[in-house]
Amino acid sequence: MNHFPGTWGRPRDDVYGPYDSSYLRSTGPKAHTQSPAVTGTSVIAVKFNGGVAIAADNLASYGSLARFTDVKRLRVFGDAAVVGFSGDVSDMQYIDRLLESMDIRENYSAHGNQLNAKNLHTYLSKVLYKRRSEFNPLWNHILVAGFDGEKKPFLSSADLLGTTFSAPHLATGFGAHLAIPILRRLFPEERPIEEITKEDAIKALKECLKVLWYRDARSLDKYSLAVITQEGIEVQEDQQIEAQSWAFAETIKGYGAQTV
Amino acid sequence: MFRNNYDNDAVTFSPQGRIFQVEYAQEAVKQGSVVVGLVNKTHAVLVGLKRNAEELSSYQKKIIEVDSHMGIAIAGLASDARVLSNYMKQQCLGSRMTYGRAMPVDRIVTQIADRAQTNTQQYGKRPYGVGLLVAGVDEAGPHLFEFQPSGMTQEMVACAIGARSQMARTYLERNLDQLNDSSRDELITHGLRALKETLSQDKELTVDNTSVGVVGLKHETGKVESFKLYEGQQLLPLLEALERSDVGETKEGETMEVDS
Repeated sequence: MNHFPGTWGRPRDDVYGPYDSSYLRSTGPKAHTQSPAVTGTSVIAVKFNGGVAIAADNLASYGSLARFTDVKRLRVFGDAAVVGFSGDVSDMQYIDRLLESMDIRENYSAHGNQLNAKNLHTYLSKVLYKRRSEFNPLWNHILVAGFDGEKKPFLSSADLLGTTFSAPHLATGFGAHLAIPILRRLFPEERPIEEITKEDAIKALKECLKVLWYRDARSLDKYSLAVITQEGIEVQEDQQIEAQSWAFAETIKGYGAQTV
Repeated sequence: MFRNNYDNDAVTFSPQGRIFQVEYAQEAVKQGSVVVGLVNKTHAVLVGLKRNAEELSSYQKKIIEVDSHMGIAIAGLASDARVLSNYMKQQCLGSRMTYGRAMPVDRIVTQIADRAQTNTQQYGKRPYGVGLLVAGVDEAGPHLFEFQPSGMTQEMVACAIGARSQMARTYLERNLDQLNDSSRDELITHGLRALKETLSQDKELTVDNTSVGVVGLKHETGKVESFKLYEGQQLLPLLEALERSDVGETKEGETMEVDS
């Protein structure tokens, strides 16, 4: 140690070479988030006759590290909607605080003018678009499930650019590649939603979660599932993917420490 | 010159606990021509008596559409009312933009009340010199609110403010039990009769000096029936209905006399 306080607590120059002070630079362009840090993977959702089912696993990854294994990525809003978040977890927590304060504000109204899922989705897409326009995006892809003003099941997505998209079944992240084809096969376009029961929808979601657990390296076998019907919202957290079979893994060749 | 020492600004209490500037502002409401508002189960109606400053001028507007589900009737300084109605219009558009939802009536009334209250507590400001009747529909049905320069608001089933409004209130109180079960057209007629009560001997309701605003829920569908302003020739059927109801009443009395 020497008598220059500025060097205290830093690696010694004579041992490690001179400190790269470019990390401490305070000038230059201001950079907002360039990539997410702690992330959640896919959220998947399906509309059925009289409601919507939505699911997401309980993992928050730090890069490829499975950092937090009990993060609930489905958020219930009032008695009207469930929001599922993928992408940056800290931005999810920020949006969660926005929704919390909005919920409190809404409940001051004595007349029962509750925001429905559609209103909530419009609001969230505006928030996301505003932030992307400031070049400081909230790094999330969001699914909103619930009912619209006509009491019809509602499911729609909004991403970090403020792009919105709606379909009878939706998935974010890796699920957009892996779950959507499965859901399209199970519930083809020509099959009316009235034919899909709640049980069908839940079974399909569980099947998709299992495939994602098999093939998405940032996923977990613990998940949360919410079902929204006119009777209310049922949320099951800390669910476990059941009946796993890794037999198929034997047949996978072409990477890893294989000698064949 | 001054009525007392405590009316120089709106922030000073008199020793009796009164704020004279606010009371003077309420006098301005009493100088304005009368407006009447009433609600039944499905509709809210505003009726106003328009004044022209001189024979050659046009009549001052009394009822303003704020949004497709809401309108206001004004008594007092029309220019202050314009400021308030512009603010209300903006807030209603903001609600449709960010939430895709029509502004709940109680919410917007609270907002203008907060603005009006600030004017009674900040040095150098003056209270609004206008009273409003706010009629609108939202998820909780039709509503009528009274707004005063003091920032006080109340939800009403029927109300009248402005010059000689006591006569209208007396009529409304006397017919209160008929209002709730009346039809849309009967409610308008009740409003016009209340307005007629306030007229001095030499005046009558004409297509030029009367203004009617109606908003409500459609009987069959329960959907919003957009705010409709009746002025000029459009008033003819409404005024004829008023005349018929008047004749009906006097006739009834006459026949009874003749028969006995």
